Amino acid sequence: MAEFNLPANSKVRAGKTFAAPAGARRVRAFQIYRWNPDNGENPRTDSYEIDLDACGPMVLDALIKIKNEVDPTLTFRRSCREGICGSCAMNIDGTNTLACLKPIDEVKGPVRIYPLPHMPVVKDLVPDLTRAYAQLRSIEPWLQADTPPPPDAERLQSPEERRKLDGLWECILCFCCTTSCPSYWWNGDRYLGPAVLLAAYRWISDSRDEAAGGRLDALQDPFKLYRCHTIMNCTQTCPKGLNPAKAIGEIKQLLLEREV
Amino acid sequence: MTGDGDAQMVGRTSDGARVRRPLSPHLQVYRPQITSVLSILHRMTGVALAIGTLLLVWWLVAAASGDAAYAAVSGFLRSPLGLLVLFGWTAALWYHFCAGLRHLTWDAGWGFALPQVHRTGWAALIATAVLTLLTWVVGVAVM
Repeated sequence: MAEFNLPANSKVRAGKTFAAPAGARRVRAFQIYRWNPDNGENPRTDSYEIDLDACGPMVLDALIKIKNEVDPTLTFRRSCREGICGSCAMNIDGTNTLACLKPIDEVKGPVRIYPLPHMPVVKDLVPDLTRAYAQLRSIEPWLQADTPPPPDAERLQSPEERRKLDGLWECILCFCCTTSCPSYWWNGDRYLGPAVLLAAYRWISDSRDEAAGGRLDALQDPFKLYRCHTIMNCTQTCPKGLNPAKAIGEIKQLLLEREV
Repeated sequence: MTGDGDAQMVGRTSDGARVRRPLSPHLQVYRPQITSVLSILHRMTGVALAIGTLLLVWWLVAAASGDAAYAAVSGFLRSPLGLLVLFGWTAALWYHFCAGLRHLTWDAGWGFALPQVHRTGWAALIATAVLTLLTWVVGVAVM
């Protein structure tokens, strides 16, 4: 059931301010969600004033600068810093994206940074993705075929068959889309969410996979698939420019075509 | 969050004690966008139309019960408040109709590209305004 307000222990309070160093000329405030499991307090937003003349162009550059030079307790995930690992997914300036791909200049005013929405918080900007990974596992995201591969070659695809996977295989599983979806906020315990459904459609579309029927059977469910109401926040927010809503629409069409 | 969702809300402090994790902000921080705003508007106008249907039933029952009852309903509908309710109902009807057409195109597999989503979204809003005003201009002219 939809719970629009945050639980009492999750309400965000005002936090500390770390002033810009003397002589800073191009100052920008970064208001960052903080929660520490060790001090028994509610989450808060700390404000860090950063001189952009002494900082890289992306939001991730600012986060790393803060951690290195201002406050080493700030906790966040990051790895590749070029939009391919999906670690630094977070809510920046009101929408989900990858901190490494988000230019600071695109944000007007203070840069507000929160963890991916409606998720259990491990610490600061680190959400617990256990459930999302379990949902991914549930759609069995690997090639399934009874026919053995040719003994002397790979399973071949025509260029047309391969093209059907474009726009699907590029997903890096950052879960920006899933955690932007109000349906997932309210029904995430049973609705699989856009990222996992895009992954399901990637395997349904694969000409080498022979389990499409079973995959569709598993999705024919009022919650797993049909909590998608085509809100389209997923496609709007995907940092890789993919279209999960379209993939979900195509799964719905395939299910309908089986019925008629 | 209730039931089995609760297990994920259990975290640990650095020395291993159990602690309740917070839920990260969602509606409180997510920027309203044409995608989500039009979607919730579709649902809200749907609810409004269902309630508005009661108004229609009230009017029909009154018409069947006699002159005095009909005059009372008619009087309410012609009052400023009644006219406002009717205007809102017309707008809700047209918006729900236009947004329903968008959903129909999506169900048919068309219109998922982001530029299309934005174009058809604005088109639905503009069409709602135009059709609502047109309905009232024609309605007032005929009355």
